[in-house]
Amino acid sequence: MRSKLNFFSDEKFRSIFFQTLVIGLFALGIFFIVQTTAYNLEKRNIATGWRFLTDPAGFDISFSPFIDFKSTDTHLDVYFVGVLNTLLVSVCGCIAATILGFLVGIIRLSSNWLLVRVAYIYVEFTRNVPLLLQIILWYSILIQLPRVKQSLEFLDIFFISNRGVYSPRPVFETGFSYVFIAIILALISSFLIRRWAKKRQDETGQQFPVLSSAFGLIIIAPLILFFIIGSPLSFDYPALKGFNFKGGMVIRPEFIAMFLALTIYTAAFISETVRSGILSVTKGQREASASLGLKKSWIMRLIIIPQALRVIVPPLTSQYLNLTKNSSLGIAVGYADLVHGFGGISLNQTGQAIECMVIVMATYLTISLTISLFMNIYNRSIQFKEK
Amino acid sequence: MKKLLSILAVSVFAFAANAGTLDDVKNRGFLKCGVTTGLAGFAAPDDSGEWAGLDADMCRAVAVAVFGDRSKVEFITTTGKSRFPTLASGEIDMLARNTTWTISRDVNLGFEFVGVNFYDGQGFMVPSALGVSSAKELDGATVCIQTGTTTELNLADFFRLNGISYEALPIETNDEGKENLFAGRCDVYTTDASGLSSTRAAAADPSKWVVLPEIISKEPLGPLVRHGDHQWGDVVRWSLNAMIIAEELGITSENVDAQLSSNVPEVLRLLGAEGSYGEMLELAPDWAYQIIKQIGNYSESYEANVGPDTPLEIARGLNALWTQGGILYAPPFR
Repeated sequence: MRSKLNFFSDEKFRSIFFQTLVIGLFALGIFFIVQTTAYNLEKRNIATGWRFLTDPAGFDISFSPFIDFKSTDTHLDVYFVGVLNTLLVSVCGCIAATILGFLVGIIRLSSNWLLVRVAYIYVEFTRNVPLLLQIILWYSILIQLPRVKQSLEFLDIFFISNRGVYSPRPVFETGFSYVFIAIILALISSFLIRRWAKKRQDETGQQFPVLSSAFGLIIIAPLILFFIIGSPLSFDYPALKGFNFKGGMVIRPEFIAMFLALTIYTAAFISETVRSGILSVTKGQREASASLGLKKSWIMRLIIIPQALRVIVPPLTSQYLNLTKNSSLGIAVGYADLVHGFGGISLNQTGQAIECMVIVMATYLTISLTISLFMNIYNRSIQFKEK
Repeated sequence: MKKLLSILAVSVFAFAANAGTLDDVKNRGFLKCGVTTGLAGFAAPDDSGEWAGLDADMCRAVAVAVFGDRSKVEFITTTGKSRFPTLASGEIDMLARNTTWTISRDVNLGFEFVGVNFYDGQGFMVPSALGVSSAKELDGATVCIQTGTTTELNLADFFRLNGISYEALPIETNDEGKENLFAGRCDVYTTDASGLSSTRAAAADPSKWVVLPEIISKEPLGPLVRHGDHQWGDVVRWSLNAMIIAEELGITSENVDAQLSSNVPEVLRLLGAEGSYGEMLELAPDWAYQIIKQIGNYSESYEANVGPDTPLEIARGLNALWTQGGILYAPPFR
């Protein structure tokens, strides 16, 4: 009896014992959930398995900018269309939210009373109203735009109606690939020039106009090439035929509503992150760099922002993750994302709820972990490097 | 430890695998019935907030069969998408929600359709200003379509078969469909013809909308229950059949008491004056009498909810009795 007591009073044994107990109970819980689910599925004669993935979907998805989707394609194709649409709105949203967020964050620290107030109201309003309501609000506004036959026209090539924004679509003809290659080469060489210029500045202190040379390489050079080989680019203009506009490019109101709502909502959070990041840099840093005679724009770019980024990036990562996960709310306005198409329509047409949900969740997990990975790499690259 | 585990396992399974649905409903004291989120004529709250409609009557008929009281129903709204998981999980006892009977739903999803309470078909509705007279002229149109329905699949098939294109605008509920159609976000709304009539009746000016002549599918709509509980399936099946047989025999809620002294054997069997059919179903002997008394026969329910005198103005058509040119037919009550 005594020896048993001693066993439990041993700290190491006790901790191992309780940890094993917790893990065991957890595993048991998972085991029961899986068992019960399998048992109930069998009892209700619900067929399980992954075979449905290669069955034809049978329904159409209209919003598929990357894949030409037909109703004879499979549920697996529905999945890919959904993933691409989710990524499209997430990437566009992250970029726009970052730009807007930085802008608002900096405005809130400016000395213009009116701008500061407007930014303050914007942040407080959007942060404190549920995102779902904002999405529905934007969509409700967009479908009140003029009907397709009474579209608003701009220059006879842009048309805005409640079916979306129609614009000319660029058609790349043979020879355009040269221009494309030129742009890629220009990007690579600009990058090399930047590295060379930095190295030279570190060694000699001499500066090189990196920005303007990159501009020349990336924009001007391909443009000249473009005209030399005879402008291999034409446009396909939208025109009203029958029920809808034919030709051209269209951005659907479902996408616009999602994009606006996600951007505006997330930018409010990002602006607060940016503000806190800039405020975290002590006043002495600004004063010291000013006394060294640096220009105002240089102080911001070389002294304040690099130090602020260390504070900004970790919470910024979680805002990107939030935005990506929030894109699943697209279902509210019929935006054909992953949850709406594969996790909704395919699920419902095949009845394979567990399989579809497992795939959708695994996909979001993969996307989120990938974002985290890259943001962590970036975060490490901007941290203080002790020498 | 092993014993403890098996006890735990059994208790978990026992919790999931409950006893018969009929006993559950009786013990609970009311029926949980899944209906639409609101489709006038089929299931929608009326002016006084009471659920009314053909499907709502189906729910009430089952409640009357079990409890003898038409108010012992809790109506649970389901969307086209949530209806099957809600039924499969046991959250509702039966589903009466304009649901089309198909082989995959009957077999693969693990449900049992117990009959048809409305024979429908998929149609198209457009603004009359569009000047379209046939669905085949809809090339390039934007079509509002409820996701997760058989109509979604029929739509894709119809356009593919006719070699014309369309843009699908996916929507979740009938209300969303109405909103998008009335705002002109879509040109066409497609769903079961009865649903179109219901939507048209809800428009500010119904004469501005036309239902196109094409009916592109068979949509037998009926109540369904979970697969494997035959006793409960029988209760729902015969609640529906009792209403149809009552119409065949000319028994209405008005004359049901007088019919008790009828000399027609089938009438007496149906009303519980002869035989022990209630006992076989584990219901009260007068279960069918109560359905007819409190709800009415099929015809009464039809005329009150969707018939020509209602805003929906749907003629009996296919839904007339087999003796009157329709295909409504119930097995004999004996």
